[in-house]
Amino acid sequence: MTDYAASLGEDRIAYLEGLVDQARTAAAVFTQYTQEDVDRIVKPMVLAGMEQARHLATLAFEETKLGVLEDKAMKNMVATEFVYNYVKDKRTVGVMREFPERGLVEMAEPIGVIFSVTPITNPTATVLFKCIMAIKTRNAVIFGPHPLAWRCCFEAVRIMYEAAVKHGAPEGVFTCLESPTVPDNQYLMRHKDVRLVDATGGRGAVKAAYGSGKPALGVGPGNTPVYLEKTADLDMAVVDTITSKTFDNGTICASEQTVVIDDEVYDRVLEKFSALGAHICSAKETALLGRVLVDPETGMARPMAIGQKAIDIARAAGLAVKPDTKLLIAPIQGVGREHPLSVEKLFPVLAVYRAKSVDEALKVCVDVNRFGGLGHTAVVFSRNDEVIRKFGEVIDAGRVIVNSPGSIGALGGVYNDMVPTFSFGCGTGGGNSTTDNVNVYHYLNIKRVARRTQMPMWFRIPNQIYFNRNAVENLRQFPSRSTLIVTNPVLEQFGHVEVVRRNLPPQTVVHVLAIPEAEPEIGIVMLGLEALAANKADQIVALGGGSVIDAAKIMKLKYQSPQADLEELGAPFLDIRKRVAEYPTEKTNQLRLIAIPTTSGTGSEVTPFAVLFDKQRGRKVTLTDYSLSPDVAIVDPQFVMSMPKALTADTGIDCLVHALEAAVSVYGSPYTESHAMQAIRLAFRYLPIAYENPRDEEARSMMHNAACIAALAFSNASVGVNHALAHAFGARFGVAHGRANALMLPHVIAYNAAVPTKFMPSPHVRGYTAHKKYAQIADLLGLGGHTVAEKVDRLIAATEQLLDRLAVPRSIALLGIAEEDFARAVPELAQIAFDDPSWRTNPRMPLLNELADLFWSAYRGRGLAKAAGPSEQPTAAEGLVYANK
Amino acid sequence: MPISETCLNIDGARAAQSLQEALTALDTAGGEMVLDFSSVRRVDAGALRAMEKLAAAAGDKAVKVGLRGVNIDVYKALKLIKLASRFSFPA
Ligand SMILES: NC(=O)c1ccc[n+]([C@@H]2O[C@H](COP(=O)([O-])OP(=O)(O)OC[C@H]3O[C@@H](n4cnc5c(N)ncnc54)[C@H](O)[C@@H]3O)[C@@H](O)[C@H]2O)c1
Ligand SMILES: [Fe+2]
Repeated sequence: MTDYAASLGEDRIAYLEGLVDQARTAAAVFTQYTQEDVDRIVKPMVLAGMEQARHLATLAFEETKLGVLEDKAMKNMVATEFVYNYVKDKRTVGVMREFPERGLVEMAEPIGVIFSVTPITNPTATVLFKCIMAIKTRNAVIFGPHPLAWRCCFEAVRIMYEAAVKHGAPEGVFTCLESPTVPDNQYLMRHKDVRLVDATGGRGAVKAAYGSGKPALGVGPGNTPVYLEKTADLDMAVVDTITSKTFDNGTICASEQTVVIDDEVYDRVLEKFSALGAHICSAKETALLGRVLVDPETGMARPMAIGQKAIDIARAAGLAVKPDTKLLIAPIQGVGREHPLSVEKLFPVLAVYRAKSVDEALKVCVDVNRFGGLGHTAVVFSRNDEVIRKFGEVIDAGRVIVNSPGSIGALGGVYNDMVPTFSFGCGTGGGNSTTDNVNVYHYLNIKRVARRTQMPMWFRIPNQIYFNRNAVENLRQFPSRSTLIVTNPVLEQFGHVEVVRRNLPPQTVVHVLAIPEAEPEIGIVMLGLEALAANKADQIVALGGGSVIDAAKIMKLKYQSPQADLEELGAPFLDIRKRVAEYPTEKTNQLRLIAIPTTSGTGSEVTPFAVLFDKQRGRKVTLTDYSLSPDVAIVDPQFVMSMPKALTADTGIDCLVHALEAAVSVYGSPYTESHAMQAIRLAFRYLPIAYENPRDEEARSMMHNAACIAALAFSNASVGVNHALAHAFGARFGVAHGRANALMLPHVIAYNAAVPTKFMPSPHVRGYTAHKKYAQIADLLGLGGHTVAEKVDRLIAATEQLLDRLAVPRSIALLGIAEEDFARAVPELAQIAFDDPSWRTNPRMPLLNELADLFWSAYRGRGLAKAAGPSEQPTAAEGLVYANK
Repeated sequence: MPISETCLNIDGARAAQSLQEALTALDTAGGEMVLDFSSVRRVDAGALRAMEKLAAAAGDKAVKVGLRGVNIDVYKALKLIKLASRFSFPA
């Protein structure tokens, strides 16, 4: 048995257990009540409290012998009427608040049994306030009043209880300790059935509450500084301060303790205080008061002074003051133990300090606040908004009261729009969990019911795409003084550059920058920037494959916004809408980018992506932003007729992979899906023809369109794990992008079609659909099969056949890469692939070991891949499954 | 040994009293007693006390008490004062 329990004795423990039992039963019964039930109870309680306000104030005054009876009556009224006014329309049962546009509903759950400690300074008002909160929130409360104020509290609880039960509250909903002791409190604070300790009181009670190991609301002591700045309305400031500091003889813990006054107005302010009944102490009197009122041992004000009248305090200290003195004003020269009156004084003694500057004033206020009042309350009187803002910024107080009385101001609802309370949260500074004015929301467990929301999606594409033979003629409609054609030497040799030059407007000055035939790296981009600047270009025509177009995109980005930091812009991200990197919006130079692809694969002419090769690290960095999308795309098949067979195959497969990945992407939408499906159909049909018969204009044209159409899909749905693998592998072993993709493709389809080890969190998709989508693709291609698994198998087989026709090696091993070399590379390749943003939209979340396995599957070769996905047949209704269906 | 079952209706309007009667019926009940709570919308402190007593007495007499038709609000109240585990809730 613990010490405190041992000191209680059996009878007392039985008594306390009885209180808990009643409260527990009441709390259980209460859970069945509706909002209407509780509202029906609260109102008559408030009326009863109002009616008994003076009676309870009298009891409190007689029992505690501190404060002012009339003020106590007023506090009882604020605690009932003002609190009621705040809570009456609040929903505290079931649904509290709904945010339909965010799909959020907040619901209230009562706490159960609350053990509530109440203070000697505001005994009955605190009880009334807490009873109203408890009924409104369907909780049962056991009150542990201050031992020197328990009788008045007992009566306040009785009045509230009778009114409540009469109107339907559960039996036992409030109880109050008779002749309470510290061990009683300790016992109840630790009781297993007490769910929350709510301690409003002195340091000891609050500390015990937090030390109980229970969730607690403990509100600490204050030491309210007031800054009376020179621009303030001095009359108002003085009257407000006297009103507040003398209210209930200064017992409210938010009341003013030290007023820091600007030098310029100091004398005038003191005169005004004096004229309204304050006694201004001499230095000697101040020292005397300090000795009498503050215990030098603890450095704290002596309890006997709390809530006493100014004249009684003066008399006790041996000061001669006028009989109508309301307030004793003690000028102090600093803050801290050596200035005793700089502490919290819950009686009508107010320290004042003369400050030579705003800076000094703020420092002294900070000192006062941090001398025992951290997190509580501070007051500023000023007409200077800047001063008010600065004060709010530097003072660590839960309540910064502006141009109004501290104590009544902090109570909320009278002088301002703060929440009415008799419990001031002091934040972590005061050892509390909140800086709020405690009210009903602190007596509830608030539950959030969060519906799946439909994220806004997009379909963004360049607004001008010209296609079919001689689409290049459209160049004429874009006026330009100086155009830079970025291209490869080989394309110049084929005469493609000449065709472009001919089709530019006659007055345009044309410059050509032929960049090496390799994936772009930063050196190439710098060359481009020099050429653009030297020629004052206003337009780039990117004529080439993905490498050229990507280089041109980055040139444009850097030319328009030289401050763009490519390293930062290429940083990894999870969701493009939430990523950290910000693409520049400010443009130093204007530049139009027209993309004319000479390969049918990347679709870079319409995508927001640009791949940069980081030579130093031997890896690719993908920049992604819609500002990178070219302004105009010209998809003219005359430029692809010259593609050699291998390039046709590689780039064609890249197109197919874009479409297949977009089709199963978790960012897929009906908009992207229609494009992806069309591109897949075209690629399966025309890629082998274009490959086998390079002069077939129709096949070339269709493949050129397919690449662009696939890009329209993946520009918005993005790609998947196939690209992540291909980027890593291609960069490490110098394998062309399309070929690297091809080597992975059948394995990735099988992988995505299988039941994932880990599902990708994807709010846009309902259920796992990748295998069903592959089955639909198989249907689109007329591959036959009955079950989903069969269809997926057939799609894989058809893909493998296509790759065979295109003479793509069946394995990485066949590229001549030794197994030991590959084995050494795989762990790092898996990591690089994992860091690649491409897979973030993959339907299946890849694990590192799965990425390594995929690399190995590709190494060993195709023909081994088998789908192991669920085998159910997709129903027509399931079709393409989207969150926004 | 065949188990005889006693079925009682708990009157929603006077649940505490009705439960008191069930307590008396425990004496004559066989191994099992089923109380029909279908008409009980809410339980008050009196009813909860009566259930507490009933659970204790049933324990002593080795009678299993099942509560049928208990609504979710009442069920939650029983759960909160840890009474739910002392009864069964047949469908
Ligand atoms: N930006 C995007 O959206 C996107 C998408 C996928 C891939 N990529 C990137 O694109 C690059 C690959 O682009 P690519 O596949 O078009 O290859 P590429 O641009 O690297 O061109 C490959 C080679 O073919 C030559 N060539 C291009 N067109 C020709 C033609 N008509 N006739 C003869 N030769 C021609 C080029 O000069 C070059 O030597 C990679 O860096 C890849 O990462 C970008
Ligand atoms: Fe690609």
